[in-house]
Amino acid sequence: MTDQSNPPGGTPRTTPVKSATFDDYTLSEIRRAAATGIYDIRGGGAKRALPHFDDLLFLGASMSRYPLEGYREKCETEVVIGARHAAKPLVLKTPITIAGMSFGSLSAQAKEALGRGANAAGTSTTTGDGGMTPEEREHSNKLVYQLLPSRYGMNPDDLRKADAIEVVVGQGAKPGGGGMLLGQKINERVAAMRTLPEGIDQRSACRHPDWTGPDDLEIKIAELREITGWQVPIYIKVGASRPYYDVALAVKAGADAVVLDGMQGGTAATQNVFIEHVGIPTLAAIRPAVQALKDLGMHRTVQLIVSGGIRNGADVAKALALGADAVSIGTAALVALGDNDPKWEDDYRAMGTTAGAYDDWHEGNDPAGITTQNPALASRLDPVAAGRRLANYLGVMTLELQTIARACGKSHVLNLEPEDLVALTVESAAMAGVPLAGTSWIPGQS
Amino acid sequence: MTMTLTNTGLIDLADTTVREANATLQAATEGAFTLANPGGKHALACGLQHPVSVTIKGHCGYYAGGMNKLAEITIEGNAGTGVAENIMSGTVRVTGDASQSAGATGHGGLVVIEGNASARCGISMKGVDIVVGGNVGHMSAFMAQAGNLVVLGDAGPDLGDSIYEARIFVRGSVARLGTDCVEKEMRPEHLEFLADILTRAGMEADPTEFRRYGSARQLYHFKIDNAGAY
Ligand SMILES: Cc1cc2nc3c(=O)[nH]c(=O)nc-3n(C[C@H](O)[C@H](O)[C@H](O)COP(=O)(O)O)c2cc1C
Repeated sequence: MTDQSNPPGGTPRTTPVKSATFDDYTLSEIRRAAATGIYDIRGGGAKRALPHFDDLLFLGASMSRYPLEGYREKCETEVVIGARHAAKPLVLKTPITIAGMSFGSLSAQAKEALGRGANAAGTSTTTGDGGMTPEEREHSNKLVYQLLPSRYGMNPDDLRKADAIEVVVGQGAKPGGGGMLLGQKINERVAAMRTLPEGIDQRSACRHPDWTGPDDLEIKIAELREITGWQVPIYIKVGASRPYYDVALAVKAGADAVVLDGMQGGTAATQNVFIEHVGIPTLAAIRPAVQALKDLGMHRTVQLIVSGGIRNGADVAKALALGADAVSIGTAALVALGDNDPKWEDDYRAMGTTAGAYDDWHEGNDPAGITTQNPALASRLDPVAAGRRLANYLGVMTLELQTIARACGKSHVLNLEPEDLVALTVESAAMAGVPLAGTSWIPGQS
Repeated sequence: MTMTLTNTGLIDLADTTVREANATLQAATEGAFTLANPGGKHALACGLQHPVSVTIKGHCGYYAGGMNKLAEITIEGNAGTGVAENIMSGTVRVTGDASQSAGATGHGGLVVIEGNASARCGISMKGVDIVVGGNVGHMSAFMAQAGNLVVLGDAGPDLGDSIYEARIFVRGSVARLGTDCVEKEMRPEHLEFLADILTRAGMEADPTEFRRYGSARQLYHFKIDNAGAY
């Protein structure tokens, strides 16, 4: 081995050092911005390392608590969402739901596959910023209909067909931002559904057109209930930023359930700077949200559905233990369908990326046929097979969730509690409000 | 609970809940109803989907006639925020003034405000026709996608900001046009359209006195050179 820093007979040199501040990615982004004059738009959620569920561990049962038999004793997973005001709350067989993703951002095949997978698992799917397609209604036994600022495709007939209504105030990837769908994906059908000229770059509103604050929203929700006869639950979805106040105000506005989406939450298309720098991590948002519900005496009456970076049954179990009633998945569901699958590596390479890193979902060239409106690409996705994969994945997550719940001695997954958890880092201990492992120290509390 | 009267009758909101009144109106498939003593209540006569006629005797709160389909609704008074929001078809008429976001996101049908409309009249409209006898407030027809906004009086600042394919006709002055909204030529078909819609709205005005505004279509695509426009 030769030491380059000390060449024989020459002056010793230090090895070249790259800056931690100006790392390769940062340098490449400066060059890209300088060359193009436009900010980076992409899909997906925050990619940087953040305090997350991996920083928590379950304690499991031992002397002071006893576990349930892994394969014998029942561990229930059914959850009921929306019984606060709705005559017909949603009854889900598993507390894992499919998050709102529009037809437009996703192909019709992908929407159908989401419906099929969710049906098999006995859970719900959600429309998105673009309205409800007849196909997704047909393929989803339980369909949540989003009311977004843009109101694209919003109409009372679809509203009355919905099993629940979700008023979208914000999204974790972009709290304070509106939707975006670039021209490549605004084909004839998508344009007609949204009443937009074909091929334009759509930038949706970020504020609702007919209400401005929680007092107005309360009246808006009353109107939605009047139109739907007080039958179906009404959710409010917020991006995680000030979860204590947002959840309290959502309860005040009359929500039956609150969807809380952390900054790791995916998006179809948003500025990278927005995704990475606005909002707080999912882990940090749950405890304040639960505290708001508890302070109002509404915990377990108004359900809390948490999303943003949920990947496996352990994540679900941890979210529930921190006080959520259910979770929602976007990115992970797309991966189960086939998003970023290495089998399309040649195609990813041709686009200058690689499987696992592909996030130019807004461009509509998804080789897996999911985030595209290109008929040739979309036809690569078999909705039946992809739906089967999603069903399998939801089943595995549910089994993993039950495994952990039984180990903690719980006969229902909602019996998981913060006392079952410890944290690996001081940060995650503070955010989750659980002790640092091996100590009784909860930073900021004890 | 639906009241026993089916296809005609007087509903007195002094002794009937909004829920009962709406359930009755929503269930009726035809006929004429009068809502007495509205008292500024919210969400009156919303979600109707049959060709009934409803007269509301007094002022309404938010979202009166919301998401209307086919029904003919007349508000004899003023209307609060979001009157006829997301209307699909039919008619909603306000004899007085309307608050913010009148006819917001409407997909079809006709909204007539005989008095003035406040800010954001016709925001994100998607095919509805809106006729305002008086003035409209700031940011009216903001992001308007389709349909027509006809204003017999004056328009406040930032009219038609970020407008798509909707058309705006104003008889009086425009305080300031919004981003990407420009004055356009009045052609014979526009005069014809105005004559027709004014008649349908029951308004008297000379179509030749209006000016037409619409999208310059300069912001339809995301280009760096547009960034300064916002
Ligand atoms: C392709 C895609 C499209 C989305 N479209 C919407 C939308 O239309 N409305 C919405 O509220 N959220 C939308 N989201 C966000 C999801 O509903 C959800 O909040 C997020 O995906 C959850 O985080 P996860 O992706 O880490 O599971 C979208 C997400 C993705 C990945």
